[in-house]
Amino acid sequence: MKPEELRAALDPSAVDWVDEAMRQVWADPGAIARLFPRAARACGRGPIKDGWTADEAARALLLAALPADRVAVEVDRLYRYGDASEKRAVLRALPLLPIGDAGVPLLHDAIRTNDTRLVGAALGAYAAHLDAATWRQAVLKCVFMGLPLSIVDRLDERADEELRVMLAGLAEERAAAGRPMAADATGLLHRLAGTALRKEA
Amino acid sequence: MRIFDPHIHMTSRTTDDYERMAAAGVRALVEPAFWLGQPRTSVASFTDYFDSLVGWEPFRAGQFGIRHHATIALNPKEANDPRCAGVLDVLPRYLEKDGVVAVGEIGYDSMTAEEDHAFAAQLALAIEHELPALVHTPHRDKARGTERTIKVVAESGIEPGRVVVDHLNEVTVAAVKDSGSWAGFSIYPDTKMSPPRMVEILKQFGTERVLVNSAADWGKSDPLLTRETADLMLASGFSDDDVDLVFWRNPVAFYGQSGKLDLDDIAPGASFEGNSILRGGS
Repeated sequence: MKPEELRAALDPSAVDWVDEAMRQVWADPGAIARLFPRAARACGRGPIKDGWTADEAARALLLAALPADRVAVEVDRLYRYGDASEKRAVLRALPLLPIGDAGVPLLHDAIRTNDTRLVGAALGAYAAHLDAATWRQAVLKCVFMGLPLSIVDRLDERADEELRVMLAGLAEERAAAGRPMAADATGLLHRLAGTALRKEA
Repeated sequence: MRIFDPHIHMTSRTTDDYERMAAAGVRALVEPAFWLGQPRTSVASFTDYFDSLVGWEPFRAGQFGIRHHATIALNPKEANDPRCAGVLDVLPRYLEKDGVVAVGEIGYDSMTAEEDHAFAAQLALAIEHELPALVHTPHRDKARGTERTIKVVAESGIEPGRVVVDHLNEVTVAAVKDSGSWAGFSIYPDTKMSPPRMVEILKQFGTERVLVNSAADWGKSDPLLTRETADLMLASGFSDDDVDLVFWRNPVAFYGQSGKLDLDDIAPGASFEGNSILRGGS
């Protein structure tokens, strides 16, 4: 999703608020500290498009309005002082921002939490910046937390032999305990096992 | 019966408590920032706590269909510790959060000059951020502490109807009601206020501008005392409507003054993308 697509998906009243708020951020980047938390009250929290909610879209647009040299520092502070919804909005906006890999520590923080909203938001397109070991642990954490693996960006592309070994270990533990593993995780394990077999053959 | 507990410290409670509260009819609550028992030695320790009040704790409450809001402040006791004075500087960030519906707990503990400063500064923040204020009254020298509280509230310029003065008893209730502020009562098993005494006060002073809470914290306390008090009200001749006024419409009216109370779609078993923490942590 590009910023203009997010803007187009918002209600007209939300667009008015966002346009005015973006003007304020252009004029004074520090204004985002007060506008960012207010966005949900002004624009609503309902779903709009492709898994985005109105407040997430509005907040992403505010971040996109920051001058390039302020993005990293403001993103860091907004995440640090954000409530769970604000943190999630920051995480979802990361792929849209000229921030390089400066947002990686935020992903690490989100993945350490036990809040499904944050762990889920950390595994979007920006997770391309995560090293393989961290990414695998995060995918496995999704399985533990009961998050659907469909939220993981480029899952099959990145899933590797090491992840297969980890999933197989979990499947074995679950079988021993008489507890099921989620169907999507079992499906991934089977796909990875099939790939491994084809490679051997 | 629907119950809104306007003052309860869920950080100190277990998921079993959430489950029992939901079963007893608690659908919404406000968790004020307070003293954690163990002194904090830095501002960062406060911000981590505030983060929890706007992050993890609402998530945890949501698993049981309970809507969680918070009040944020530097509490009176720790306002006396110079290491914590910087907390006042970070409050504006938190007072803007969706889930923060008042400034609190503020007020007096030992009635020192430092407490005077923090109390006045935070009433000013309440005005600036258009929030009501939750004011704690001291355990020691309570009657004079309450009088002084009413005076400081009047001097601050905040509208008295946007202030609840909490932990009242038979001795302090009249002055607070006369001042135009809301009267708050914390029902405890042994201290502060009990269900039978609360019912007597409601008979004498009426059910308007009254907030009744369980406060339930890390001391000897019980998160179901709201329900017990409501049941005793009914047994003592109050109507269902009286109970609904005291335990739902009053807190909704008071915290609704923040413009941020969100009680839409409260449903038991709320979850995110089908997930919950009901199975335990990971």
